[in-house]
Amino acid sequence: MAILEVKNVSYGYSHGTPFEITALDNISFSVEKGELVGIIGHTGSGKSTLIKMLNSLLKPESGKVFLHGKDINADKASIKEARSKVGLCFQYPEYQLFEETCAKDIAFGPKNMGLSKEEIKDRVFKAAEFAGLPRELLGKSPFDLSGGQKRRCAIAGVIAMFPEILILDEPTAGLDPKGRKELTEMLENYRRSTGATVMIVSHSMDDIAKNADKILVLNKGRLAMDGAVRDVFSNPDKLIEMGLSVPVSTSIVNALRKRIPQIPPDVFTADDAVKVLTDCYKGRASE
Amino acid sequence: MIKDITIGQFFPGNSFIHKLDPRAKIVITFVFISALFLCKNFFSLGLLFLSALIAIAISRISFKVILNGLKMIVVLVVFTGILQLLYNDDGAVLWKPFEQLDFAVTTGGVFSSVFIIIRIVSLILFSSLLTYTTSPTMLTDAIERLLSPLKLFKVNVNSLAMMMTIALRFIPTLIEEIDIIMSAQKARGADLETGSLTERAKALVPIFIPLIVSSFRRAYELAFAMECRCYTGDNKRTRMKEMKLSVRDYISFAVLIILVAAVVGTSFFMNSSFILFERVI
Repeated sequence: MAILEVKNVSYGYSHGTPFEITALDNISFSVEKGELVGIIGHTGSGKSTLIKMLNSLLKPESGKVFLHGKDINADKASIKEARSKVGLCFQYPEYQLFEETCAKDIAFGPKNMGLSKEEIKDRVFKAAEFAGLPRELLGKSPFDLSGGQKRRCAIAGVIAMFPEILILDEPTAGLDPKGRKELTEMLENYRRSTGATVMIVSHSMDDIAKNADKILVLNKGRLAMDGAVRDVFSNPDKLIEMGLSVPVSTSIVNALRKRIPQIPPDVFTADDAVKVLTDCYKGRASE
Repeated sequence: MIKDITIGQFFPGNSFIHKLDPRAKIVITFVFISALFLCKNFFSLGLLFLSALIAIAISRISFKVILNGLKMIVVLVVFTGILQLLYNDDGAVLWKPFEQLDFAVTTGGVFSSVFIIIRIVSLILFSSLLTYTTSPTMLTDAIERLLSPLKLFKVNVNSLAMMMTIALRFIPTLIEEIDIIMSAQKARGADLETGSLTERAKALVPIFIPLIVSSFRRAYELAFAMECRCYTGDNKRTRMKEMKLSVRDYISFAVLIILVAAVVGTSFFMNSSFILFERVI
C-alpha cells in the first residue's frame, strides 16, 4: 500500500476578495515507501501549498490526504501523528532557528514529540551526523554559524524527528556547488539508511533527474505530469510551455541528436551524457 | 488565519473615492470624525451614518469586506454598549432587575448606548474606507505633504514619511514571514493553540526570535540597498507623481461642508433629541 495518498485535493486563498486564487485544483497522486519524489513547477504553481497539505498545516477545502491509509485530518491525534511522521523543511530553513545552541534547536522537534531525555540526546547526535553538522558546533549559538552550517543545523532539526516522509522545499537554494552536492548526498544517505520517503521541491532539473524515482509536475495548481524521470523529461516542449525546462545534459544531447541521429534518446544526467557521447565517438572512430 | 485581517488593507479600484486626492481624503476623514464627536442628536448622527454608507456604496468595496472589518470591533462595540446601558441613570426606569441594588436600565441608558454604538460603527466604517481605497504609498505621500509646514520647525518630514512608508511596506512581508515561521515550527510539532496562558506565551518564543532576527537582517539589507542608490534623506527630493486637487475633490469638500453645517446647525437649533426621545416614549 502507498505510504501517502492524496485524493482530489483542492485549495484556494483569499476567497471573496479581489486577490482570490485557486492554488490547488483537484490533485491526486500517491507515494510509495522509500521513494525519492521530485516536485517541480513554475513559481506560483502551488508547490508550497501542496507540501503544506501533506502534514495538515493546511487542510484541503475538498479532497483528502491519507497517511498509511488513514485520513490525516480526521482528528487532533491524527494531525499530531502526521506532523511527527511527515517532516517538513521549508525554503531557507535557517531563518527559523531560535535556540541558544544548535543542540537545543535540533532538540525542539523531538521534545515536542514527548520523547525521553536520553532519546532526545541520542537523536540530536544522530540528526547532526546525518546533516553533516560537526559535533563541536552543537554547543554553539546557531546565529554564529556560517550560512551553510545554519542550513545543516535547521535540516537536522527536522531530521531529528526521524520522519517517515521527509519533505524539503528547495533545500539547495543559495548553496555553493559543493554544498549542493553534499546536501544531496546527505539526503540520499538518510533515505538509504532509514528507508524513509524523501520528497524534494526543486528548480534544479539536473538535481531532480539525478536522484528522483518519480516526478510530480505542477502547473497553475493542477498536476500536469506524474511519472518516472524518463516519462517527464522526454517531453521537453510540454515542460518549456509550463515555464520549466529539461536537465542541461538532456537539452545538449537533444541538440546534438539533430546532427547525429544515432545518439540514443533518454539522457537525463551528465554521467549518462558522457557515457552516451563517448560510446558514440568510439563507434564513429571504429567505423 | 492571520492573512484574513482586512483592517488597513488596500483594495485597488477605480471608483470616485479611489480617485480622490489622498490629501483630500485624509482631511475629509478627520473632519468627518470630528463631526461625529460634535453631533449630539439622532438626526445629525443618522445623517453622518447615512453618508458613510453612501460613501462605501460609491467606493464599490464589497459589503462582505466591510462586515469582515467590523468583526474585529464587535467586542469593543458590545462592551461599550453594555457599559452605557448600565451606567447611565437619566430618564425613566425601564427595567430594574434587582430591587435591593441601585442599578437600572433607563431610557437615557438605552439612548446613549444606541447612540454610541452608531457613533463607533460610523467611525470605523469611514476611517477604514480611507485605507481600503488608498494605497499605502499614496497615504504616506499625502501625510508628508500635509505635515510639510512642520519643516519650518526643522522637523525632517521626509525622513518621517520614509520611515512610515517602510513600516507600512513591511507589514505584509512580516505577516508572510510570521506565517512561514509558524508553519515551520508547527511542522516540528510546536503547539500554539492549546495549553495554559504561560505555556502559550512560551510557545511564542520560537516564533518571535526568528522574526526579530530576520527584521534586523532585512533592515540592514534595506539600508545598504538604499545607500547604494545614494539615498541620503535630505529635503530636496522631487517626486515623480505630483498631487493635484481636481473637481472631484472640490465636490467632496462641498458635500463635507454641507454635512458639517447640518451637524452644527442641528445641535444649536434643535432640541436635544434626548428630550424628543422622551416624548415619544
